[in-house]
Amino acid sequence: MRTSNPKIDAFQEQILSAAKNNTSISIEGGGTKSWYGNANAYTKLDTRSYSGILEYEPEELVITACAGTPLKEIEAALEEKNQVLAFEPPNFGEHATFGGAIAAGLAGPGRISVGNFRDFVLGARILNGKGQDLSFGGKVMKNVAGYDVSRLLPGSMGTLSLLLEASVKVLPKPAATATLQCQISQEKALRILNEWAGQPLPLSASCWIGSANSDGQLTIRLAGAAAAVKAAIPLMSSLVNASELDPSSAALFWNDLREQKLSVFENLAADQTLYRLALPAACGPLLIPGAANEVILEWHGQQRWIKAPGDESTFAAIKQLATSHGGHATRFRQGVHVDPSHQRFTSLSEQAHSNALVAVQERLRFAFDPAGVFATKRLP
Amino acid sequence: MNAMNMVTPPPDLAAISALQSKLVSALRPILPEHALLWEPEDTIPYECDGLAAYKRMPLAVALPETESQVAQILKICFDMQIPVVPRGSGTGLSGGAMPISQGLVLSLAKLKKIVSIDPFTRTAVVQPGVRNLAISEAVAHLGLYYAPDPSSQIACSIGGNVNENSGGVHCLKYGLTLHNVLRVRGVLMNGEIIEFGSLAPDSPGLDLLAIVMGSEGMLAVVTEVTVKLVAKPKLARVIMASFDDIEKGGNAVAAIIAAGIIPAGLEMMDKATTRAVEEFVHAGYDLDAMAILLCESDGTPEEVAEEIERMTKVLEQSGASGIRISKDESERLKFWSGRKNAFPAAGRLAPDYYCMDGTIPRRHIATLLKRIAGMEEKYGLGCLNVFHAGDGNMHPLILFNGADQEEWHRAEEFGTEILEACVELGGTITGEHGVGIEKINSMCVQFGEGERESFWGVKGAFDPEKLLNPDKAIPTLNRCAEYGRMRISGGKLPHPELDRF
Repeated sequence: MRTSNPKIDAFQEQILSAAKNNTSISIEGGGTKSWYGNANAYTKLDTRSYSGILEYEPEELVITACAGTPLKEIEAALEEKNQVLAFEPPNFGEHATFGGAIAAGLAGPGRISVGNFRDFVLGARILNGKGQDLSFGGKVMKNVAGYDVSRLLPGSMGTLSLLLEASVKVLPKPAATATLQCQISQEKALRILNEWAGQPLPLSASCWIGSANSDGQLTIRLAGAAAAVKAAIPLMSSLVNASELDPSSAALFWNDLREQKLSVFENLAADQTLYRLALPAACGPLLIPGAANEVILEWHGQQRWIKAPGDESTFAAIKQLATSHGGHATRFRQGVHVDPSHQRFTSLSEQAHSNALVAVQERLRFAFDPAGVFATKRLP
Repeated sequence: MNAMNMVTPPPDLAAISALQSKLVSALRPILPEHALLWEPEDTIPYECDGLAAYKRMPLAVALPETESQVAQILKICFDMQIPVVPRGSGTGLSGGAMPISQGLVLSLAKLKKIVSIDPFTRTAVVQPGVRNLAISEAVAHLGLYYAPDPSSQIACSIGGNVNENSGGVHCLKYGLTLHNVLRVRGVLMNGEIIEFGSLAPDSPGLDLLAIVMGSEGMLAVVTEVTVKLVAKPKLARVIMASFDDIEKGGNAVAAIIAAGIIPAGLEMMDKATTRAVEEFVHAGYDLDAMAILLCESDGTPEEVAEEIERMTKVLEQSGASGIRISKDESERLKFWSGRKNAFPAAGRLAPDYYCMDGTIPRRHIATLLKRIAGMEEKYGLGCLNVFHAGDGNMHPLILFNGADQEEWHRAEEFGTEILEACVELGGTITGEHGVGIEKINSMCVQFGEGERESFWGVKGAFDPEKLLNPDKAIPTLNRCAEYGRMRISGGKLPHPELDRF
């Protein structure tokens, strides 16, 4: 037990009391992603009391902050020094916290070119299920001392430990950006995006919106040295007959995509679910029976969003389709009439070669949390 | 480094020999004759890895040629409760592949096929014994390469890279092994096949791929790796800047990053190193400079021109006393030749050198260098400082004469003090070489009891019987307690006859 910080002591007390009473705790920050993952009704642990940026040295490219710090506060501090969280984690609301963003592990448009949240986590301080105050990793880019426990936290949905603090790598804002838009079929879009990604071009993000059997709208973002972006614009536009978006519409587009505020994400019908498919780069256009015509492709087709009925058999069919292509599917958002008790994720046993993972994951969770304080099953 | 065996208590030879026969007869049916070694003259090349000061003879060495053989070997050892030390090319610098006296060395060197290359998805599937550089060579005609480039890349294997989370000169911009591997297939100690990660951008459940990276052969034996390939930059140029003061050089590193530039490489050498390498490579280094910085830019010609101009400006403002920019590829390689030959150059200055691998926040580079200068006095040994300045990863090379046991102990003490200074400055005891057997005591300094207990928990999740490379990387409670007592008694070691890794 490291310090006598009253806020951490209170967390510790809540953890120990849950362990004693054989119950679990649902960790929550600003509640902006409370709909994400399997539902549970356990008592909440609110992280927002433990808030603040602890250390930010722009020339070290690292920010260290408490889990309850508003994500907006972190983004504002970085903005001031012309730096960013390059993987663009979505806020999904005013009150998103740093810890919540890490626990959700989600990333925005930049993910395809820079990596995901876990690629940027350098260190973490946690309370495990025994209430022990532990620190892993550090604040430096290269560190191979001990197992990389801090990188297990992104996407763990609060099922492993309580995150107290994290150190995350930041990057300078690209010197220049440009956004191009064109009409193109999904198949052609997937082909050219993957081709471009294999060339020394400053391709930073992509989004294709349309229906499977007609042309859709492809938007691409270039980012890098001013000269590189300038040289790439005519080269890439001419191949797909694209035009450049003005900077403010472009910024709005990418932000709305990241925050799922584009009109195509809205108006989810009461009995519908917004499914997320994570797929290998080789996966071509998919036809999903019963799904709405329109699909949204991000990350050069590796992340796809579709609206379809929220029932179990539709999810089973979508999961089957995704796993048969080497990926997986998630029930991301659900309409108000969809049963909230549905399992939201593809389970490990539904994936090829992952049977051995089930036991490993179970023992790993037990090592950090023997009493099951964080065993909310929010992430199975 | 010259060999120097650590003194170990006399083993029970009869018991070891009985265990050896048992193991060999169990493995014989599943391996071809040439793939199983147990005679001392055959196993002696496996007694150590790249850290030759730590060596031991194993019971036997198995060299499987298929994943199925790997699984069978592990299952047999699991059933016999015999520990297994996986080994790649044996280039590791922390003794992570040092054998266990009553254990098996499992060499993956014969699993060396490039299984497939897919230019469209920019991925390659390779077996663990494939050499790092062989991947880049195999995809060069496609305009692609595998980015992580540890200095041993000619020899080191991808399986070893995964287990050490290897970096290299270009990892500031292109990331570590962790950032360039999508999927790892392997075998658990009990013989079960397991896959971490996938070709999709994420996978269900906890992200176990992240924890397997850099796990020093303690969680699973890697049998196949899917790596990311990236587009080869069209051009690279390097700036060589001299500084008349170490502090100015250190500040210049921070200033480049603060200016929003991520160079493809950002390396620093101190004066002692520059002098040593110049004699060796004749690259035209400024011999009066207290520090030399190498800053590389890569990309399209337009991009490189722009970045070189911006970096030059920052270096000038940071007080560089001299700046040269490579005019062509041959000059670029010449500028780099000294940095790349720092190790052999050190080998010319003294019979042996001991390479350290701490990482510190960039802003403390000058502080640490000054402290190391003080330690040179204290221990009466010289030290060359070369490092990946961009990410604060230092490689002090302590010069000593290995024929003199007392001098080697001083070198070790010197190294340990450097690592403790790294931890104190907010850094870590190893940036890229791993803990292995060499830095296992320093783990007691960097981590508390709770953290170390958690590491054992992680280990147990993959290998509940603790048979896979169990004496590496994570110290036991007893070892740390013993180490604490040794440190207190200061300098001289109480029991020189005991293992003291």
